[in-house]
Amino acid sequence: MELTTVWFLLVAVLFTGYFILEGFDFGVGMLLPVLGRDDRERRVLINTIGPVWDGNEVWLITAGGAMFAAFPEWYATLFSGFYLPLLLILLALIARGVAFEYRHKRPEATWKRRWDQAIFWGSAVPAVLWGVAFANILRGVPLSADHEYAGGLLDLLNPYALLGGVTTLGLFLTHGAVFIALKTSGDIRQRAGALAVKLGVATAVVAVAFLAWTLTIRSSAAAVVLAVGAALALLGGLAAARVRREGWAFAGTAVAIALAVATLFAALFPNVLPSTLDAAGTLTASNAASTPYTLKIMTWVAVVFTPIVLAYQGWTYWVFRKRIGVQNIPQH
Amino acid sequence: MHSWGFQVDALDVARWQFGVTTVYHFLFVPLTIGLSVLVAILQTMWHRTGNERYLKLTKFYGKLFLINFAMGVVTGIVQEFQFGMNWSDYSRFVGDIFGAPLAIEALVAFFLESTFIGLWIFGWDRLPKRLHLAAIWAAAIGTNLSAYFILAANSFMQNPVGYRINPDTGRAELTDFVAVLTNKVALITFPHTLSGAFLVAGSLIVAVGLWHVIRNRGSADTDAYRFATKFGSWVVLVSSALVLFTGDIQGKIMTEVQPMKMAAAEGLYTTESPASFSVLTVGSLDGSREVFALKIPYLLSFLGTGDPNGTVQGINDLQAQYATQYGAGSYTPIIPVTYWSFRFMIGLGLAAAAIALIVLWTQRKGRTPSSRWLLRAGLVMPALPLLANSFGWIFTEMGRQPWIVFGEMLTRNGVSRSVSLTEVLTSFTAFTLIYATLAVIEFKLLVRYAKAGVPDLAPAPEPADTDDADRPLAFAY
Repeated sequence: MELTTVWFLLVAVLFTGYFILEGFDFGVGMLLPVLGRDDRERRVLINTIGPVWDGNEVWLITAGGAMFAAFPEWYATLFSGFYLPLLLILLALIARGVAFEYRHKRPEATWKRRWDQAIFWGSAVPAVLWGVAFANILRGVPLSADHEYAGGLLDLLNPYALLGGVTTLGLFLTHGAVFIALKTSGDIRQRAGALAVKLGVATAVVAVAFLAWTLTIRSSAAAVVLAVGAALALLGGLAAARVRREGWAFAGTAVAIALAVATLFAALFPNVLPSTLDAAGTLTASNAASTPYTLKIMTWVAVVFTPIVLAYQGWTYWVFRKRIGVQNIPQH
Repeated sequence: MHSWGFQVDALDVARWQFGVTTVYHFLFVPLTIGLSVLVAILQTMWHRTGNERYLKLTKFYGKLFLINFAMGVVTGIVQEFQFGMNWSDYSRFVGDIFGAPLAIEALVAFFLESTFIGLWIFGWDRLPKRLHLAAIWAAAIGTNLSAYFILAANSFMQNPVGYRINPDTGRAELTDFVAVLTNKVALITFPHTLSGAFLVAGSLIVAVGLWHVIRNRGSADTDAYRFATKFGSWVVLVSSALVLFTGDIQGKIMTEVQPMKMAAAEGLYTTESPASFSVLTVGSLDGSREVFALKIPYLLSFLGTGDPNGTVQGINDLQAQYATQYGAGSYTPIIPVTYWSFRFMIGLGLAAAAIALIVLWTQRKGRTPSSRWLLRAGLVMPALPLLANSFGWIFTEMGRQPWIVFGEMLTRNGVSRSVSLTEVLTSFTAFTLIYATLAVIEFKLLVRYAKAGVPDLAPAPEPADTDDADRPLAFAY
């Protein structure tokens, strides 16, 4: 396999990992005002992701770094072109990250309420905008012949991309509800489980529409198989959620997110950012790539370190495997 | 945009945004680098001795560390995105080289740091004691390792090595990755930056400890605060010696690889051998000529070359030389900025070391300091090396101008062409507002938790008592 293909796959894997992991973080954040009826319950929700959210976010930093290292043209065009959506994502991630750490630092209700809002919006904004961004990557954007973004903000807000945003929003909400049902005990667990089913049904409709639309824009045999797999995994997850098999439900939504992201990347390949203007502007895995020497070094680094990272991050989830409930929340 | 009386373009705003967001990010980085290790050392001392005062100090300074850590994390993401958003032509030009250390930094260092910090924060009752201690060390190692990779990337901008320019694409391409990682600028900047970071962290430990020693006389924890104050003071003294030592070597390397930066640090307009060191120089308004100067003979030659009679090149000669080499244009940084930031860096760092010496002296042989002046000096102490760090970065980045990659790419050629003035102004304004708000919140929290003092230790929780599902967590958000 060519190294450019390897790195296309690796970038896809990193974003997939990011959306699975931070997907439920976003879901928990958005469900904070819905499932957390008082401060103690909200603290239960936040603490389900407390020890892991920061490590989950590093998947994004690594994906961005990998894109920069392996496909500088892709990174440069995408980040300068999707300027305002990325700005909003950054502001959201800043507010959300600080909120987790600072919310419990003062007892006043106003203080906590403000940070709760930061967590909610800091989760909802990226949950929508990542879908908008990735739908636009697949759909293609106006690029000049020298690969500069030639559109404006409105070009990014087309109906297909907005449906993409609603899809990631729904997927992350469902994934978050399923995660909460898996990680909590008592009343919250029951309510989260019931909510997951309702959210999941609505999301399934949107997601199937989005994936079908995707395949009409760009498709390949692999993409079709992956899209069908994504839909089946989501339905399987919902069935499991309905009968309160929380582990299986979580596996279902995680696989559904993974396969949905994989569908986009499979449909996109070998392009990385198609141009809707001049075909010469289209960025591909080869014309956007770094030199073989850089890719070779990066491949070695990835081969050695990725398994190590997966091992200790997986172990962290094992350490914090216990369910938590309101009775576990200390006074301070 | 002529309404301000002068022209503002996207390039200017992008530069200001990079300056503001980077200096701001680096307000949190030194404390993260230094305190992660110092807290790990305190916890190790508790582990070794069983003395509870070290546990109290671990938890106390650990809290301050985490308040600061959160800000470092969230402002760090901006840095990675910013290259692509505002500096996309720069990213295209150096991506083949510059992206690799960034990706490796995330994969090798950030994962380690953020995963193990989570284990440390929440793991007090979930992990065996030894493993919990290992978690803070792993996080500290991750933090310090991340500094190496990002400094290697920055060093490429200061002194590009291990690359060639592809004549077909006009882009820089990596030819020797080991050369990039062992860039002599990186090898010396790493220890210089780290010791500068420990200077800040040590100062914070002293400031907080001293406040409690003086204001909370007779407290049951005086013993712990006294220890912290001395511990922090020694950290400050040792790291300030290391800052000077590494800074001296760095100065010589800079004189060699970026002579203009060092000439600009000194306001040395004409080549001299021997060259004297300017303690204070006042230049003409346009910065092209000096009006008044106080100088120490031979010192600059010695600092720059190691030889009191060595030749140090001057700004005007270098400018003429670069104009011949790279084509007409100005290759001179803004002299007042480089000159004063260089002096503030050194002066503020030394001031912190001086306060540490006084603090140690007032606590000699069991004495307890009580001076109001010392209390005040102690309170401003952390700000001094923190600002010294900021000025150091302002000096090193502004001193490289007009280059973004020295000798290869001008800063003005690196900016994103597709980003409008409106977009970059929006972004600059948004970051400035949210950063300013968070700075106030963060500072107030730090003060609040610093004043609260060391915690009362709850009865030691039994490790991993899995039977009791109702037991409260040792720590929860």
